[in-house]
Amino acid sequence: MAQTFLDANELVINMGPQHPSTHGVLRVILKLDGEKVNGTECVIGYLHRGVEKIAENRTWAQFAPYVDRMDYVAAVSNGLGYCLAVEKLLNVEAPPRAQVIRVILTELNRIASHLLWLGTHALDVGAITPLFYTMREREYALEIFEKYCGARLTTHAFRIGGCQYEIYEDFEKDVKRFCDVFLPKVDEYEQLLTGNRMWVSRLQNVGILTAEQCKAYGVTGPLIRAAGVEWDLRRAQPYSGYEKYEFQIPTRQNGDTYDRYMVRMEEMRQSVRILRQAVEGIPEGPIMAKVPKVIKPPVGEAYVSIEAPKGELGYYVVSDGGLNPYRVRVRPPSFVNLQALEPMAKGALVADVVAIIGTIDIVLGEVDR
Amino acid sequence: MVTTPWDNEFTQRVKAQFGDDLKEAASYLGQNFFVAKPESVIGLIEFLRDEEEFDYLVDITAVHWPKREDSQFDLVYVLYSFARNERIRVKTMLRDGDRVRTAVDVHPTANWLEREVYDMFGIQFIGHPDLKRILMPEEWTGFPLRKELGITAMDNRWVQENLGIESGQ
Repeated sequence: MAQTFLDANELVINMGPQHPSTHGVLRVILKLDGEKVNGTECVIGYLHRGVEKIAENRTWAQFAPYVDRMDYVAAVSNGLGYCLAVEKLLNVEAPPRAQVIRVILTELNRIASHLLWLGTHALDVGAITPLFYTMREREYALEIFEKYCGARLTTHAFRIGGCQYEIYEDFEKDVKRFCDVFLPKVDEYEQLLTGNRMWVSRLQNVGILTAEQCKAYGVTGPLIRAAGVEWDLRRAQPYSGYEKYEFQIPTRQNGDTYDRYMVRMEEMRQSVRILRQAVEGIPEGPIMAKVPKVIKPPVGEAYVSIEAPKGELGYYVVSDGGLNPYRVRVRPPSFVNLQALEPMAKGALVADVVAIIGTIDIVLGEVDR
Repeated sequence: MVTTPWDNEFTQRVKAQFGDDLKEAASYLGQNFFVAKPESVIGLIEFLRDEEEFDYLVDITAVHWPKREDSQFDLVYVLYSFARNERIRVKTMLRDGDRVRTAVDVHPTANWLEREVYDMFGIQFIGHPDLKRILMPEEWTGFPLRKELGITAMDNRWVQENLGIESGQ
């Protein structure tokens, strides 16, 4: 008997690339049995700009602004990772004052990134209100970036060897005010969502990823912490003086979408804690280390990684002693974490896939580079 | 690159296990790495995972050295151990056209990472479940991160057929 499409058990449909809840140009091929997802396949690369190739055709310093265009939601973290990697090759360290400024700006950026995630994730799942709230607070953080370096998103805030700009006059006051204003707002978001029955039933037990699965798939960041692994590069292998700050690494046990939400909410509070400590003690001194005008690292290679808002962001840099990088490899957290969509979405419903994509917190600029 | 030898109980154990297949254990800027022969590199990664707790494959990437006579590619695996809080690299040198065993059965995360290495450098992985391009279009020819291709090089045939313009430049 001839099979019509009604007899077929499996229906294959495309989600994206033009789909509002895929956060950019991600295409997911869904294999469906009714509402149930039997399998997924991601098609990526729509935003591929060849960043790693560009690096080989720019000088070490010229390439620094390009890294901001990868994870454009957390550009400051991208820049920090790149600067640290080149500094490692040059064997220099940023002076203490620059390190504290770096910590303040990256933590502000972590909050800004988490806020954008929270707003859009809630929007995907059907809660419209939080987006307006989170955008409002994110604006305060972006304003500080704007006052500091003139840019709001692709900031290029740091230079190899330190920072380009001195902090502006009211910088400390602005950061302190941000902390005071922002902290109670986290409770406000939680009031909207944490106990909300619809929010809980859409998120709990959806997209579970165990600690073993996280390790096997190389998944890092809030996803692995929600599965009970207390691991954060800021603590495990501190950089930029993170060992001096007191903060907790929030963890949860279930590894589902709800737990990842809870982990990120707590991370924002911990970031405020770090901000308050950092802004209290900005040391005096230079903001640039002694770095030659023409940067030519000696022949060699290094892998340096930081805890970006989305997970481990690594740079593998190779120098042949020339003016341009011989090779810059970016290890993007979004790319590797997105691979875990398949094990998370298998057996879930179509609507859950939207929640799961939201919870991975991907930025396609970083996935495709 | 001026490296210093990396020698401790751990490297002794690995050396005892792999003998001549392990070409080097060295350290540069305080970062340690092994250099292994291509045929035993996956065995080494598996040994490190099972016996030495290196349970997280961070990254796989390659570097093209077209002027090197005996081997044109460095294939680099970055490994991390949660239990030991230690990060190492495993490197192997390949000739152009050499194939290497896939790491997917050891670390599932290798799936996309190896696809990207294939996409950008054309290095083939034996036994990979789905070795196809990941970032470039599937019908694209050429491997962009090879050094012989300049920054403006592109697959003009693909551009003409799919975008309806003469050239992307």
